[in-house]
Amino acid sequence: MGTGRLYAAVAAGGFRRYATYRAATAAGVFTNTVFGLILAYTYIALWDEKPRLGGYDQAQALTYVWISQALLAVMSTMGGGFEDELIERIRTGDIAVDLYRPADLQLWWLAGDLGRALFQLLGRGVVPLVFGALAFELALPGDPLVWLAFLVAVLLGLVVSFAIRFLVALAAFWLMDGLGAAQLAGLCGIFFSGMLLPLNVFPGALGEIARALPWSALIQRPVDVLLGEAGVLGTFVFQGAWAVALLAAGRVLQSVATRRVVVQGG
Amino acid sequence: MDDVDGDGGFIRLDRVEKVFQVRRKTGFLRSERREVRAVDSISFGVARGEMVGYIGPNGAGKSTTIKMLTGILTPSGGRLRVAGIDPSRERTRLAHRIGVVFGQRTTLWWDLPLIDSYRLMHRMYRIPDARYRANLDRCVELLDLGDLLDVPVRQLSLGQRMRGDIAAALLHDPDVLYLDEPTIGLDVISKARVREFLRDLNAERGTTVLLTTHDLQDIEQVCRRVMVIDHGRLMYDGPLAGLHEAGESERTLVVDLARELPPIEAAPARVVKVEGPRQWLAFPASESAAPLVARIAAAYPLVDLSVREPDIEAVIAKMYAERAGEYEGMVS
Ligand SMILES: Nc1ncnc2c1ncn2[C@@H]1O[C@H](COP(=O)(O)OP(=O)(O)O)[C@@H](O)[C@H]1O
Ligand SMILES: [Mg+2]
Repeated sequence: MGTGRLYAAVAAGGFRRYATYRAATAAGVFTNTVFGLILAYTYIALWDEKPRLGGYDQAQALTYVWISQALLAVMSTMGGGFEDELIERIRTGDIAVDLYRPADLQLWWLAGDLGRALFQLLGRGVVPLVFGALAFELALPGDPLVWLAFLVAVLLGLVVSFAIRFLVALAAFWLMDGLGAAQLAGLCGIFFSGMLLPLNVFPGALGEIARALPWSALIQRPVDVLLGEAGVLGTFVFQGAWAVALLAAGRVLQSVATRRVVVQGG
Repeated sequence: MDDVDGDGGFIRLDRVEKVFQVRRKTGFLRSERREVRAVDSISFGVARGEMVGYIGPNGAGKSTTIKMLTGILTPSGGRLRVAGIDPSRERTRLAHRIGVVFGQRTTLWWDLPLIDSYRLMHRMYRIPDARYRANLDRCVELLDLGDLLDVPVRQLSLGQRMRGDIAAALLHDPDVLYLDEPTIGLDVISKARVREFLRDLNAERGTTVLLTTHDLQDIEQVCRRVMVIDHGRLMYDGPLAGLHEAGESERTLVVDLARELPPIEAAPARVVKVEGPRQWLAFPASESAAPLVARIAAAYPLVDLSVREPDIEAVIAKMYAERAGEYEGMVS
């Protein structure tokens, strides 16, 4: 109970921190919209050439574009969330301050990141999606249950995204260049989340692997739930399994890193 | 109950050591291991309600000691207890009993108003609502934070941020407050404010205060007891006045005469420097300056004068040289 209120307060703080940067939010909305337009016309050309590419018709493909633009910031697909700050705290040794507090490191950053994501869902997700829906013919579902399942898939994807970035950030305890690792992970995110091109269009083993990696939980899987192209339960199980595995790995790394700080002083 | 070790030690260190393994690159794929004894067999006790200054030059081992006392660093040897708790084993339990302020780090939320960080402390330490409000009101009043609560932390000056951090460390009524260089980089007014607050806190609440500094004035104005550490070793533990004696430190009297004169004769003071009509006289810090000044004024055409306190670095350097001498004496 008491702990719940702490992490709720951390999440609320995460929300408000991002809410204070209005100009950055407006710039982000603009970028997502322009990027969405470029992708939309690219997809139209592609799907004109090859109808039903990846199993989607053109309306579905365009829906894919605008939903993934709406989720881009939410999922911190390319990085740029809490991890830069955590890496900086590790580098400067400020992480020591976090350790004497009676709070759990992983839960603390998770709560803050969920708060951030909620703000970005509202602040950066809604406008590009509405713009896309007005400007193009999209295949959005009418059933509220489908939307609900989609939101659950987004939440699960978010936890997976967090767990990946937490692992990457903790690597800064051992790597000289923690931010470099974060950038590399961001590149993986761009490609393997399905943000540029749906993973369904990749043929053969490459496609199989891409779809099995945790990044597909960020964008590909939630969009497929919305489009009715994937089983809801199977998707949840896939995302949940990755979330649990990666969070557990994060726990292990956290305790190794903590021991290192506590014994070696960072 | 807490003073489980007897002899009144609320904080108790027995031959505590911290050795860091430092690896240094000496070539391609080759590195050399070196040990740094940051804290070298230190023992002391602090009773409940004491205010103790922990002073020493940069790299002396002050921060390392504080980190061990908070539990974020494990000692390499010796025994350490705070309120009967082994800090590094029960860091979280200890967290509810201690407050910590690191001068160069902040616990505050950078881009949010100050008050948001306090609300977080409220939840984190599970402070009962009434007590949280009372403590916050008190800190706001005494640290003059009223106008700052709604200001994002990143917009605060260093002095304002430090006061904000001190408040954050006290909302849960800790028994002990550790401050690691709380006045570093602050202007004179901010320093004075922080010092006054610490005195009040100790007088009203009986909070045990341990502060590290390399500014002798912090100690003079806040602490009755001072510990001097250098190269990880405790060089002195006692009242501030005794520190000067232990270091046989000297104060300097700078005298401006009406004209150039031969060196003033006024034992036990001795002239150490003459520059035109200005002369520098060194005299033992334990002596009062008044009679000396009176004697000089009676015998010389005195225009102006000032007294310079010994600086801590000089005192410690002298103490250290003497100790080194002792060791040599033991060997030969
Ligand atoms: N994590 C660490 N790894 C290696 N050496 C360290 C570490 N932390 C401190 N030291 C060394 O230990 C000594 C004491 O440092 P510190 O306690 O920070 O001194 P102070 O706070 O008195 O300036 C210094 O020589 C410093 O370089
Ligand atoms: Mg220090």
